[in-house]
Amino acid sequence: MIDHNLSSVGLTRTEPAPAPRHEPEAPENTPTNPTGTWGRFALICVPYVWLLLFFLIPFVIVAMVSLDEVTVAVPPYLPVIEWGRGVAGLWEAVQHWSLSNYVRLVEEALYWQAYLSSLRIAFLSTLLTVLVGFPIAYGMARAPRSWQPILVMMVILPFWTSFLIRAYAWIGILRTDGLLNQALLSVGLINEPLFLLNTSGAVYVGIIYTYLPFMVLPLYSALERLDTTLTEAAEDLGCPPWKTFWYVTVPLAKPGLIAGCLLVFIPVMGEFIIPDLLGGSSTQMIGQTLWVEFFSHRDWPIASAITIVLLAVLIIPILLFQRHETRRSEEET
Amino acid sequence: MKKPLGPVRRAFSPWDNPSEQPFIEFCNVTKRFGRVVAVDDLSLKIYEREFHALLGGSGCGKTTLIRMLAGFEVPSEGQIYLQGQDLSGVPPYKRPMNMMFQSYALFPHMSVTKNIAFGLEMDGLPSREIKDRVYDMLALVRLEGFAKRRPHQLTDGQRQRVALARSLAKRPKVLLLDEPLAALEKKLREETQLELINLQEQLKITFLIVTHDQEEAMTVADRISLMHMGKIMQNATPGEIYEQPNSRFVAEFLGDINVLDGQISKKQDDEVQLYSSVLGDHLDVHYPTPAEVGDHAALAIRPEKMRISLDKPEQTDINAIRGEVWDIAYMGDVSIYHVKVAETETLRAIVANTTRLVQRPITWEDQVWLSWDSDAGVILLA
Ligand SMILES: Nc1ncnc2c1ncn2[C@@H]1O[C@H](COP(=O)(O)OP(=O)(O)O)[C@@H](O)[C@H]1O
Ligand SMILES: [Mg+2]
Repeated sequence: MIDHNLSSVGLTRTEPAPAPRHEPEAPENTPTNPTGTWGRFALICVPYVWLLLFFLIPFVIVAMVSLDEVTVAVPPYLPVIEWGRGVAGLWEAVQHWSLSNYVRLVEEALYWQAYLSSLRIAFLSTLLTVLVGFPIAYGMARAPRSWQPILVMMVILPFWTSFLIRAYAWIGILRTDGLLNQALLSVGLINEPLFLLNTSGAVYVGIIYTYLPFMVLPLYSALERLDTTLTEAAEDLGCPPWKTFWYVTVPLAKPGLIAGCLLVFIPVMGEFIIPDLLGGSSTQMIGQTLWVEFFSHRDWPIASAITIVLLAVLIIPILLFQRHETRRSEEET
Repeated sequence: MKKPLGPVRRAFSPWDNPSEQPFIEFCNVTKRFGRVVAVDDLSLKIYEREFHALLGGSGCGKTTLIRMLAGFEVPSEGQIYLQGQDLSGVPPYKRPMNMMFQSYALFPHMSVTKNIAFGLEMDGLPSREIKDRVYDMLALVRLEGFAKRRPHQLTDGQRQRVALARSLAKRPKVLLLDEPLAALEKKLREETQLELINLQEQLKITFLIVTHDQEEAMTVADRISLMHMGKIMQNATPGEIYEQPNSRFVAEFLGDINVLDGQISKKQDDEVQLYSSVLGDHLDVHYPTPAEVGDHAALAIRPEKMRISLDKPEQTDINAIRGEVWDIAYMGDVSIYHVKVAETETLRAIVANTTRLVQRPITWEDQVWLSWDSDAGVILLA
């Protein structure tokens, strides 16, 4: 769901939107080749057909299910639209729809607290990945040219191992008798093993570890293109290095920063494996709630409602970003 | 607005005054990048309000030298002084000079106004004053109507002027210009050169310009330092460096020149006679030189100082040699005659095309005389 959502609004792009250019239009007097026109039309249609099939139709189904009522049957919701009866079947179903699932989301603390907890965790983890990722990206961009492909490779390398294995590895590290505690005990920094696993700290460690590449790569690509004579020019004009960083480097890295933040924030909002494996009861995230409702309780309608609200929550930062992009490209023309 | 600069310029020659303190001084500065010696034991004095040009081919160390002055590179050896103060250890942002970068280095995320105001804001000037100064600068470079634009919305020439305005806004003691006009087309470049001269007269700031274009250096500079492989070959006024080059390298770098190898055969004070074995002739030269009779030397004469005629010149106190017209290059304003004076020696003479001739009086394969005054050439030892 989230992945479709991302590609649909073009967020996987790290480049700033190019200023609109005037494409040379096809001269009108050229004889129009019907297959050529149709070929082009078909090509333009591909992404729309894709979105229709894999985003819009599933979305409408989920939205409809969210208005249904749970039941013990296959499928586990009511009413089931009898398409065979045409409009009459649809109308009958519509009459049974209600917003009761959404009311539950607001009324029951379990749900909205999970949303808040997810928002808080997503926000903080995004901030932390920026703080950790920026120096890494900056160092990579300033490293000798010949090293840079190797450094990029090292950032990507963890993806070659299954995510689940890496998450389990963190359990091995953070456990009470895990690697970290053993190391700290053996050098004598602590006397008692620390309780690390199943805490919110462990969740943050897991999230930052997992999502760091999504922050580092767009930032690196923005910083790598930054002309070093610009920072020299700033210094030449009386700007000490730390101010230059703030006034020149950061603003010019902003497109990468925004892309990185969205690439971290959005999937972390829906994250459920990391809090499930590393977190405790205090770090209940909405993704886990969704999982439980869907698979354990088989309550598809409430799970669908959770999804729809989650989507709405995520749309906000996306829209903000899009507006920022449009405003900027308007400014530039 | 524009006033003739001649008299002011002629009177300005602090380098001839031994008691004058240099404004900028490079003392035995060397800069190495690994095994590359970019600047090699170089010493140079630049005086207050001087317009100094560093001229030289690509890779001779001009940029490195200017970057050391700005503080972006640290000399491997030697010191740089500004008004007698050692600059080593002073970071770029504390040096009272500003640089105009070859790529202009305008901040793409800031408007023209913001770019120009940047240095002033860093100095913490009151916003009222910043506004006034930015306005003055925009007026100076005639960009008042472009204050709100971003750099990418400007033409090359406009960007160049913004860069200039930005580097002048802080009223630096020294303005450093690294190939400032290289990206401009010829006509605009020539206009801007004159503007730079005017600007420098107006602002009374010391200018240090880097260029590989000799015409540009000759046009704008009070003095030129001709660089080669990290060393200064000659440091002199444009007139001196052109008319009295101190070496074959300098003579050949600036403009075209005929060089005849020979041996000093007679010498009395500044009256020298040089025997050229190629020509089989003695040539008279009036030029002060430390060379003694018997020394190997070369005579260098600019082609425009050569005269060409069909008949033997009547004067007897000049040098005249016979030759055959080998080639003629018609350049519009002038024609260059390549005259073969010996089997292995071709000399060039430039003649101004003063009339609109369809038929030139002297043409291919004509037997001609090349002649020049004894004080037209210079003796080169190196
Ligand atoms: N940062 C650097 N690292 C290594 N070599 C350099 C560096 N900067 C300049 N050089 C070398 O120093 C020499 C002089 O360069 P430069 O000062 O840029 O010449 P110019 O500006 O006269 O063309 C060149 O051989 C160049 O390759
Ligand atoms: Mg250079």
